[in-house]
Amino acid sequence: MSYLGELFVMAMTAIFIQNFVLSRFLGLCPYLGVSKKLDSAIGMGMAVIFVMTMASAFTFLINKYLLLRFDMVYLQTIAFILTIAALVQFVEMVIQKNAPALYKSLGVYLPLITTNCAVLGVAILNTGALRSDGVTPYNFLDSVLNGFFSGVGFTVVLLAMAGLRMRLDMVDMPRSMKGMPIALILAGIMALAFYGFMGFKI
Amino acid sequence: MSFFKELSKGIIKDNPIFVLVLGMCPTLAVSSSVMNALGMGLAATFVLVCSNMFISMIKNITPSKIRIPVYVVVIAAFVTIVNMVMEAYVPALHKSLGLFIPLIVVNCIILGRAEAFANKNNVIMSIADGIGMGLGFTLSLTVIGTIREILGAGTWLNIKVMPATYDPMLVAILAPGAFITLGFLMAILNLVKEKK
Repeated sequence: MSYLGELFVMAMTAIFIQNFVLSRFLGLCPYLGVSKKLDSAIGMGMAVIFVMTMASAFTFLINKYLLLRFDMVYLQTIAFILTIAALVQFVEMVIQKNAPALYKSLGVYLPLITTNCAVLGVAILNTGALRSDGVTPYNFLDSVLNGFFSGVGFTVVLLAMAGLRMRLDMVDMPRSMKGMPIALILAGIMALAFYGFMGFKI
Repeated sequence: MSFFKELSKGIIKDNPIFVLVLGMCPTLAVSSSVMNALGMGLAATFVLVCSNMFISMIKNITPSKIRIPVYVVVIAAFVTIVNMVMEAYVPALHKSLGLFIPLIVVNCIILGRAEAFANKNNVIMSIADGIGMGLGFTLSLTVIGTIREILGAGTWLNIKVMPATYDPMLVAILAPGAFITLGFLMAILNLVKEKK
């Protein structure tokens, strides 16, 4: 398969077929917590795409040139979470200094991302991921792009959810269903809809 | 503040899943069977008790500016221990929980208790809090796991409980079933609270 075809498969898998939120259950806390308003969902989504792409790049390098080379793979969890925490802090400082406008819209979401399991999840998944031929492990570019596409997948469902929940506010429903319960049931129906993508032959 | 009061509050009054709504990812992902739910709950309880104890011991020598990175490293160390022990002694369970064992690091319950409880209270109380919260988490996971396993596979802890004519509702053990089950459970709890 050509490399472009490979990328298309990767994008479709990350965004629709194996969506991070709805089929892998990663990043649920922001998905349920920040989806009450559309503009905050956009801010969160952009921040997650950015951090997931960067984290994929850095953790790939750390894994290949530090952990695998010195045979320390058992330290993977500690090394990755520290890398992500340092990265988020660093990104926050750079944005604050160089792009105050961007910081205003993303700033509050950045610290939350350290404990977003989607970021650590994509870093760990990348280390064991294989291309569609089933033997070639991901190289640097694959990992970065997979991080990016997974972030896009997260943002797509976050935005859809935010749009739906804004409508839900105006709906008349039993008091006990309001808030979290109806949001979870809505997420279930969305997950059911996303199961339809599993039939794709690509 | 007695030991048992701290111990019991996590199970019902401050239940981490149904009341505080923390740690959603592992809750939904590993509750497809009772076995997975119990394994995940106990692993998280171990990490929670150890990290609460350790963080409470070092609370006086941790500078408050870098306390969060310190907590994360402490938690990650205990998670690594759990990961290696499970891989060695219960490889089947380790395989079915998979990615979610290293992800205990970013479980908000653990960091949340470290920040909200362990760095303000003494070691004994922190251990009690850890046990209580851990049991509350395990119990809630098991309840969700029970419902999903019985509906979706007709079994409980791999023992057949439904009559042979029961056609398993496969959706309950798939991803959508997790969301819908938890949604309805929360709605029922809200209803019970309103009635009181």
